[in-house]
Amino acid sequence: MVVLRDGRKLIGTLRSFDQFANLVLQDTIERIYVGNCYGDIPRGIFLIRGENVVLLGEIDLDKEERSNLREIPVEEVLVAQREEMEAKQRLEKIRSRVLHEQGFCVDNSQNDLY
Amino acid sequence: MLFYSFFKTLVDQKVTVELKNDLAITGTLKSVDQFLNIKLDDIMVIDEERYPHMSSVKNCFIRGSVVRYVQLPSQAVDTALLQDAARREAAQPTPQQANVRVK
Repeated sequence: MVVLRDGRKLIGTLRSFDQFANLVLQDTIERIYVGNCYGDIPRGIFLIRGENVVLLGEIDLDKEERSNLREIPVEEVLVAQREEMEAKQRLEKIRSRVLHEQGFCVDNSQNDLY
Repeated sequence: MLFYSFFKTLVDQKVTVELKNDLAITGTLKSVDQFLNIKLDDIMVIDEERYPHMSSVKNCFIRGSVVRYVQLPSQAVDTALLQDAARREAAQPTPQQANVRVK
């Protein structure tokens, strides 16, 4: 499983890599997690540029069987994800307003979504 | 090169790597490379509930560029030696090798 800087989680078979941590993933699925649930989107073959890679984790199939995450249909998870994003953005808006009122400088550039 | 050598002395120690995205992972340091990429075995994620995607991962590779901190056991570090090496490095930095691609 590859975690990218934009927050995406891609699961696939690692076919190759190089010194920049560029990766080739086969039979990739993008897995979106919201709360205890997840939804999969099939994506095919990915060539990932190394600079976007946060971490590469080896999935332990036994551990995966024992996990308590439920798979739900993609449409549902996308809706849930959007709601979660909106909630986060509202909180962030309040947070930056309060900080601004206190005299802090609000930094909007550090928004690596991961 | 200094910290690459330093991390090599810490292989097989339990460390906690804190990433720039605030994810913190504890594990056994299995390997390090010139870019300070880190391989951790038998990981445990701090504050697991926030990161459900890590629940089925036991070993991972972490790109050096995303690391914020590496928390180490203090007994594992010879601070005098490290300080001395750092002083030497500051006085005479070793020439940085260009990344050679072997055909």
